[in-house]
Amino acid sequence: MAQQTALPPAEQPTAPAPSRTSATDVAGLGRGRAAAFVAPAMLLVAVFLVFPALWTLYIGVTNYRLTGVQARTPEIVGVDNYVDALGDPTFHNALFLTLVFVLFSAVLGQNLLGFALARSLATLRPVMRRVVESLVLLAWIIPSSIVAFLWLALLDRDAGTLNALLQTPGLAWLIDYPLVSIIVFNIWRGTAFSMLLYSAALASVPPSQLETARLVGASRWQTLRDVVFPHIRGHVLTNTLLISLWTFNDFTPFLITAGGPNDRTEVLPVYIYNTAISGGQMGYGAAVSLIMLVINLIIALFYIRLLRERR
Amino acid sequence: MASIQLDGLTKVYPGDVRAVDALDLSIVDGEFFALLGPSGCGKTTLLRTIAGLEEATSGTVRIGDRDVTQLPPGKRELAMVFQDYALFPHMTVADNISYPLKIKGLAKPERLTKAVEAGEELSLGGLMERRPGELSGGQQQRVALARAIAVHPQVFLFDEPLSNLDARLRLEARTFLKRLQRELGVTTVFVTHDQAEALAMADRMAVMDAGKIRQVGTAREVFQRPASTFVANFIGSTPMNLLPGVVQGDGVDVSGQRIPMPADSREHVADGQDVVVGVRPEYLTLSQSAADGALHGVVAIIENLGTSALVTLEADGFTVAATVPDGEEPPIGADAWVSAAEGRTLVYRASDGELVDAPVAAAIA
Repeated sequence: MAQQTALPPAEQPTAPAPSRTSATDVAGLGRGRAAAFVAPAMLLVAVFLVFPALWTLYIGVTNYRLTGVQARTPEIVGVDNYVDALGDPTFHNALFLTLVFVLFSAVLGQNLLGFALARSLATLRPVMRRVVESLVLLAWIIPSSIVAFLWLALLDRDAGTLNALLQTPGLAWLIDYPLVSIIVFNIWRGTAFSMLLYSAALASVPPSQLETARLVGASRWQTLRDVVFPHIRGHVLTNTLLISLWTFNDFTPFLITAGGPNDRTEVLPVYIYNTAISGGQMGYGAAVSLIMLVINLIIALFYIRLLRERR
Repeated sequence: MASIQLDGLTKVYPGDVRAVDALDLSIVDGEFFALLGPSGCGKTTLLRTIAGLEEATSGTVRIGDRDVTQLPPGKRELAMVFQDYALFPHMTVADNISYPLKIKGLAKPERLTKAVEAGEELSLGGLMERRPGELSGGQQQRVALARAIAVHPQVFLFDEPLSNLDARLRLEARTFLKRLQRELGVTTVFVTHDQAEALAMADRMAVMDAGKIRQVGTAREVFQRPASTFVANFIGSTPMNLLPGVVQGDGVDVSGQRIPMPADSREHVADGQDVVVGVRPEYLTLSQSAADGALHGVVAIIENLGTSALVTLEADGFTVAATVPDGEEPPIGADAWVSAAEGRTLVYRASDGELVDAPVAAAIA
């Protein structure tokens, strides 16, 4: 940078100095005006991202509460919140539930179902394909609150659609199978993304390579293993990374089970909400949020590592 | 190695598009056979139907003494080389070549030995551990060929094998492919839209249009005696002169000028019949003095073809082109006369564009 700013004056003497300031950028704006253009965006980023992050970092080391004395005069407690969280069985439970939730609903559920849908849709007639795609997409784009209401209606114990369909009156899905319910719900809700991504990925496999496999007599599974998968490997990892992170941070289960019954669906985002907002322990909640952020980073690094490896 | 026999082969796509229309064709064992035609003529569909990648709507495909019409592509014992070579980018050259053997269930050491053998044959010796992305276009093509050879198929199918190579490499690959096919003696069908490629490589060729075969024959037959004005137009690097005329006695009147009727066509035409006279520029002799039975025109354009030049004459009502040896071009604007070499003039019916005599009866001049 220092070199760049130093260079122009050295070259200037030969040129007949066209303007007051020499613009080094392509658009010829100059530093001042360029900064002015970027400022509104930077301001928004600062207010909504940088400041909350720093604030979380700060209150994470305090005993700040939503109400009471500590709300007015929080005290610095150092790493106590972190130590508490890491030793807290309810936090362990939440972390475990989150990992199960991510593994079954995203890594396995959305991934496999999305891939299966993308692959079978490719052979369908265009009209049918549009219809199925639109339906799957609807599940994705309808607002969470509406979707949650639909699922409550579906799973209701007394008047639920599912009980009517399965002829199992009185079965309380959200009490007897709460984790399974939100896993199935999340698969239903998020598969559209995987389906779209895999549809695009599958379209990028050259037809001649698939036909070469057919000509040598490769089975479906062999074609998938030797031709299709190597081509879409990057897509699979990218997709798994994205849906893992989204699911990890997904708050929608709260709208269906609110973490219950008995904390059996209290995944980390719900746990944070329950402790920080409902329980009022803002400092503690902030500390858990930061731990969650670190876990997110670890997951992301893991996938990026895989992505970088050739083969 | 086997012959290929097609009977009444038809392929209709949804929307009633007849890509291949009741087509009969037999390809002899060991033959290098070209399917030639403009784009959309059905030649690639025909090749893919032979391969089994497309299901025939009706008709049969026989390879050797087996009816393979209902067999999946993997059981037809043929190998295909695609236009883009279809190499697997994530596999080494050795793995690519041995892939068909892997599917056939050969053990790894055995199939690698065979892959190396096939690779050596196509001088890919030092490249076996590379990935396709690290190879030139010509090398990639040889890998695709090696993969086809390694399984010892009964039939090779090539889809536009040369079109992804640059012009210079294409000539080399042409010679190379022809030699390879001769050495292996495997029946080979290849698709091309380039008539020069078909003329140069094929033992025999089929010229196709709109899902039908317009002419089958050796390169010489098709070049010298195109069965219709369509084929005449399509074959040859300089387009054939096709002059509309009217039969008058033992001659043809072309826009007021009279040229003699070839002896073998005379009995097939009636006085006053509309015909099209076809003669290749290469078979026309140009002179700057009037001659009997020659067409007169004014030199309008001269195109340099390297060792010869294409001279276009403009006359009242038509243009005619002739090639002259390099250095003997007449000046532009000069009067010139062209006359056809003996037996090189063809007469087509104006009504359907076919030769006036039955093509089979034609003695090749």
